[in-house]
Amino acid sequence: MGLLSRKVTCNSHGQDSSYFLGWQEYEKNPYHEVNNPQGIIQMGLAENQLSFDLPESWLAKNADAAGFKRDGQSIFKELALFQDYHGLPAFKKALVDFMAEIRGNKVTFDPSHIVLTAGATSANETLMFCLAEQGDAFLLPTPYYPGFDRDLKWRTGVEIVPIQCTSSNRFQITAPALDEAYQQAQRKNLRVKGVLVTNPSNPLGTTMRRDELDLLINFITDKEIHLISDEIYSGTVFSSPGFVSIMEVLKDRSLEQTPVWERVHIVYSLSKDLGLPGFRVGAIYSNDPIVVAAATKMSSFGLVSSQTQYLLSAMLSDKKFTKEYMAKNHKRLQKQQSRLVSGLEKAGIGCLESNAGLFCWVDMRHLLSSNTFEAEMELWKRIVYDVKLNISPGSSCHCSEPGWFRVCFANISEDTLKLAMQRLKSFVDSVAINNQNHQELKNSRKKFRTKWVFRLSFQSFHDREQDER
Amino acid sequence: MAAISKIATGNGHGENSAYFDGWKAYETNPFHPTDRPDGVIQMGLAENQLCFDFIEKWLMEHPEASICTAEGVSKFKETALFQDYHGIPEFRQAVAKFMGKVRGDRVKFDPDRIVMSGGATGAHEMVAFCLADPGEAFLVPTPYYPGFDRDLRWRTGVELVPVVCDSANDFKITIDSLQSAYHKAQEANIKIKGLLITNPSNPLGTFMDKETLKNIINFVNEKNIHLIGDEIYAATVFMEPEFVSISEVIEEVECNRDLIHIVYSLSKDMGFPGFRVGIVYSYNDTVTSCARKMSSFGLVSSQTQHLIATMLSNDEFIDNFVAESRERLFKRHKYFTWALSQIGICSLKSNAGLFIWMDLRKLLKEKTFEAEMDLWRVIIDEVKLNVSPGSSFHCHEPGWFRVCFANMDINSMEIALSRIRNFMVKNNETMVPPRNKLWRRTSLKLSLSRSLSRKMDDFIMSPSIMSPQSPLVQART
Repeated sequence: MGLLSRKVTCNSHGQDSSYFLGWQEYEKNPYHEVNNPQGIIQMGLAENQLSFDLPESWLAKNADAAGFKRDGQSIFKELALFQDYHGLPAFKKALVDFMAEIRGNKVTFDPSHIVLTAGATSANETLMFCLAEQGDAFLLPTPYYPGFDRDLKWRTGVEIVPIQCTSSNRFQITAPALDEAYQQAQRKNLRVKGVLVTNPSNPLGTTMRRDELDLLINFITDKEIHLISDEIYSGTVFSSPGFVSIMEVLKDRSLEQTPVWERVHIVYSLSKDLGLPGFRVGAIYSNDPIVVAAATKMSSFGLVSSQTQYLLSAMLSDKKFTKEYMAKNHKRLQKQQSRLVSGLEKAGIGCLESNAGLFCWVDMRHLLSSNTFEAEMELWKRIVYDVKLNISPGSSCHCSEPGWFRVCFANISEDTLKLAMQRLKSFVDSVAINNQNHQELKNSRKKFRTKWVFRLSFQSFHDREQDER
Repeated sequence: MAAISKIATGNGHGENSAYFDGWKAYETNPFHPTDRPDGVIQMGLAENQLCFDFIEKWLMEHPEASICTAEGVSKFKETALFQDYHGIPEFRQAVAKFMGKVRGDRVKFDPDRIVMSGGATGAHEMVAFCLADPGEAFLVPTPYYPGFDRDLRWRTGVELVPVVCDSANDFKITIDSLQSAYHKAQEANIKIKGLLITNPSNPLGTFMDKETLKNIINFVNEKNIHLIGDEIYAATVFMEPEFVSISEVIEEVECNRDLIHIVYSLSKDMGFPGFRVGIVYSYNDTVTSCARKMSSFGLVSSQTQHLIATMLSNDEFIDNFVAESRERLFKRHKYFTWALSQIGICSLKSNAGLFIWMDLRKLLKEKTFEAEMDLWRVIIDEVKLNVSPGSSFHCHEPGWFRVCFANMDINSMEIALSRIRNFMVKNNETMVPPRNKLWRRTSLKLSLSRSLSRKMDDFIMSPSIMSPQSPLVQART
């Protein structure tokens, strides 16, 4: 008999994917300005390291929260004993207020509807356990965060069916794509329980437009299924158009008293917006009290440390701090993103126009030797091993078109980013020169034209010439 | 069509059991010495509250243990960013060292086998996911912690098959009972994947001797099933003999180590349930690797990892803490059991845990679980104590109750005792001499030597402790 469970022996943890292999390479040879300047620069990690000075200076001014104290009295014992899965009330209140603030206070959240979990990783898995059975499916637009393969499927037995999105319309979700995905699930005998979207999107770095959100609401209403909106990047929106939350759209359409209201659930976390992934702070917000009740009980398997809840309740209740943090953080993200975009431009590489997130969705299709995922892997390996940049290939995000890469910008300094762009430019120049030589030497019948690719805006997207292969 | 899952709407969370009813009664009317002196006293919560002053003193002297103080803030950024599921190395090293110390340094733990989880709750679920598929089962000796019904079964689909233990031999696990349960399961076509033991036991407060553990290890090897040892109460052993861990026994017998897994936590030994520090320690490399990936669903907050790493790497603090905690538990347990015996109430002889396994069989109107529930309702509603009825622990004999003693101060305990006393007197259950304050104070200045050299014999012969065979107990029918 099999000694261990099937979960151990299968690959659903997803960690054999290239997304993680790049990390492993980085770990063997990590870049360091002084100690290892030839090492691999990590651009595959969606972390926000631009704004730590802000919480650090807050801590310096708020000794009480720092040292397990309230009004000078030690509350260590109280915190050490607090294991109530309803969570620290002050923290939940501060968290929902923060979520509302991110949404310009156009929506408000009820603390009794929020469930705290050990990171968004746990929140997403818990929602699957609550909403779906083994063998059910959720529809996800591609490209999507590689971790979903593990978080949504591994221990739950739930399936993911992709909603194929393409560069032809900036990877937005369309009605035909939704229908096709739904039918594909049915052909596979999978019962569709819902749609899960990430808004702002990882890996695209874009916010969903109102018409997209409307489309989704209409679709889930028609099919009577759930919608999970993973909004963990909602606080990273640094330029227009702003962030529109699914809750806002439901409210604007006066759908609060209708059945669809209770089928929309939000996943949140402080890992991206506040840059605190180590603290494992995730949350589920649902309008369905049954889901809230079940998820609350399930959160026993991954509660947020009371020590962390206490610290963050103090930090997030300080509205002066949150306001300052949001403003400064957005500015820094925007600046750094611009540096990446212009650096890529100089190397003749374009990317999807983005207004959020900690990364850009970069178009390297013109650098592929052929329009295939094998060619994408080839190119990726060269970038990791030769150019010494760890970036994430689109195939690891289930992108339907080869040649796209997610490149993170918020986890490195301005100087490191500059260096990365220099390396990339040298690489692209050398590819161009090689290709030229190749042509001249071989006298190939096929014309090969490289054209500098400019920063792609929506208008010029359709104008872009396809390179002949 | 968009139904919610069966898991979400079913009862697998186990919260409709009596174990939680008492908590609800407590929550609507909790005792407070000044604000609510008639409230329900919580004796259903296995928490260790006896040593916080000790820990707080250390924390004041070591502000660098927090990443938020001036002394610790230089670590804030790197800690806040650290989400590697391998865990902070210093944390793993410190936990491995602590686990060794709690076992008298008779065995060493490898930091690379330390895998984090969301408390022992998360650890148990994770182990079940790794070792069994839906429909497969674990053997669990009764009585057992009610939370196992949820932790091992709810989302995993794994089943639990009880191994019945009874008072005739102090609820000890016998090989016969294991064999019997195993074969019964086979006949019912249930595939047994492992045996889960809690050692020291919750709710019994006892732990297994080496002979029993050896037999258990032989049993699992013979059947080629896993052994999961929940050792979360290891440091609550307050009296000789010394605790024997599975990790020690496997050094002495032939054993397939791929079958051996330990679940640990700091919730009971240190009194930190709020910090959610659970550990899976498996001797099986594949399980360790898989569990580590699964730990993503319940990592320990890096802020907490840092605190624990700093605290547990301080040898002097740990040695002092373990000794001090043992002494305080010993004293509290001794006083509590002695005071109860004066009122004619006895309990299973125990030397570990944060609770006693109280024998109230003689108070049942009849030998049924309905009678046990009736008695329990009386205890909650009239005596105003939240205790846990044995049936919620799947005990096969009615009349046993788990009563916690380490989650309150001594004054609350006195009040609880006087309520019990009044109840017993009112119900003519015992002729209780007027409470003699002197008894308490003179007894027992016990200095527990670090090597726990105090012999069990001294204890049994002491006139202040009543054994279940005492004539006073048998005076009632």
